Amino acid sequence: MKTLILASLVLAALGANQATAPPAGPTVHIKDFAYHAATLTVAPGTTVHFVNDDGEAHTVTAVNKSFDSAGLDNGDGWKHTFTKPGTYAYFCALHPYMKGVVIVRATGGTKP
Amino acid sequence: MKRGDFLGHVGWTGAGIAYALTAGGIVRAADMTSGDPYFIQISDSHLGFHLPANPDVAGTLKKTIGLINALPNQPSFVIHTGDVTHLSKPEQFDLGKQLLGTLKAPTIVLPGEHDALAGGLKPFYANFPAKSGTDGWFSWEAQGVHYVALVNVFDFENMGKLGNDQLGWLQRDLAGVPKSRPVVVFAHVPLYALYPEWGWTTEDGSKALSMLAGFDAVTVLNGHIHQVIEHTEGNIRFATANATAYPQPSPGKAPKPGPLALPPDQLLHVIGYRTIEMHAGNATTHNVTLG
Repeated sequence: MKTLILASLVLAALGANQATAPPAGPTVHIKDFAYHAATLTVAPGTTVHFVNDDGEAHTVTAVNKSFDSAGLDNGDGWKHTFTKPGTYAYFCALHPYMKGVVIVRATGGTKP
Repeated sequence: MKRGDFLGHVGWTGAGIAYALTAGGIVRAADMTSGDPYFIQISDSHLGFHLPANPDVAGTLKKTIGLINALPNQPSFVIHTGDVTHLSKPEQFDLGKQLLGTLKAPTIVLPGEHDALAGGLKPFYANFPAKSGTDGWFSWEAQGVHYVALVNVFDFENMGKLGNDQLGWLQRDLAGVPKSRPVVVFAHVPLYALYPEWGWTTEDGSKALSMLAGFDAVTVLNGHIHQVIEHTEGNIRFATANATAYPQPSPGKAPKPGPLALPPDQLLHVIGYRTIEMHAGNATTHNVTLG
């Protein structure tokens, strides 16, 4: 366990060196043409990170057009802060059968 | 040359003499005055892609263009059926414009969904202007063939889509074309349900196909799926094209679509360009690979 924590700290430090702060909110990983987790519930004000771990480009594009990551290459990340409660369905503009949803509500979600 | 100029020139073919502007801007009688209509399709260059399936997509596009430019009988035109770029980035559009600008033959470039990732198709059209006065889809006539270029990537929420504006335009466009005239249709995404599970279809494509059903001979040429698949429905013959970048799996032969990494020597055997010759209305296609 100690080793694991140390490794996490080292990884976090490495991340910090690459100019972007390590993700504070939840992270959705894009892998094998799917969003993991495909359904995420968060509290208002949460910043959700999306990371493309796949060997193909993808996007995170809101059905209601309120957000769009543009093209995410393999290894690219993108984040969006969800301020208002609601259900935000999104899809991949390159592979529209890839679908995900972020549910924003005051209670029961991951705290920002 | 600018696509608008080219389209202006191919519009002069009513007298049976075709003219084209060379890359150097000199007007000359084109080779297509004798013989049958002859053009070339290239597709899916994905400039900016860098993964093992093809670490040098600019190199394979250059090689493709080199082979086309070396042909002794130059085509009437070369059409790129979309996905010039991988991620719609400015430098990827720049490179595409620069490389495709080296083709000797007049060149038409249509968008793919990978060219629409930076807030729609505006950046694409800034680099590859649509025929002036159109919404991006247009038609022209040359050597007795009616050519139609469609756009099915501007609304990609579920799958390829043409939309009612474009379908209405197509109906009006085809109304004035004799049924005996050969029709060639271009679009990035296949117009029929080739493999909907992977999005390889156009949601409202059947509406366009029903408008084409009354013609004697229709050829529909697409890209998007990075492999040659031919299909016939009545009078309509479909053919998708190889990419210049990398192959994708055959429909359903992998868990998901996406770049298929082959050994480098095998890659060159599945990417390249396609020649299309029209004989009495029927298209003869020949797929030429780089290896």
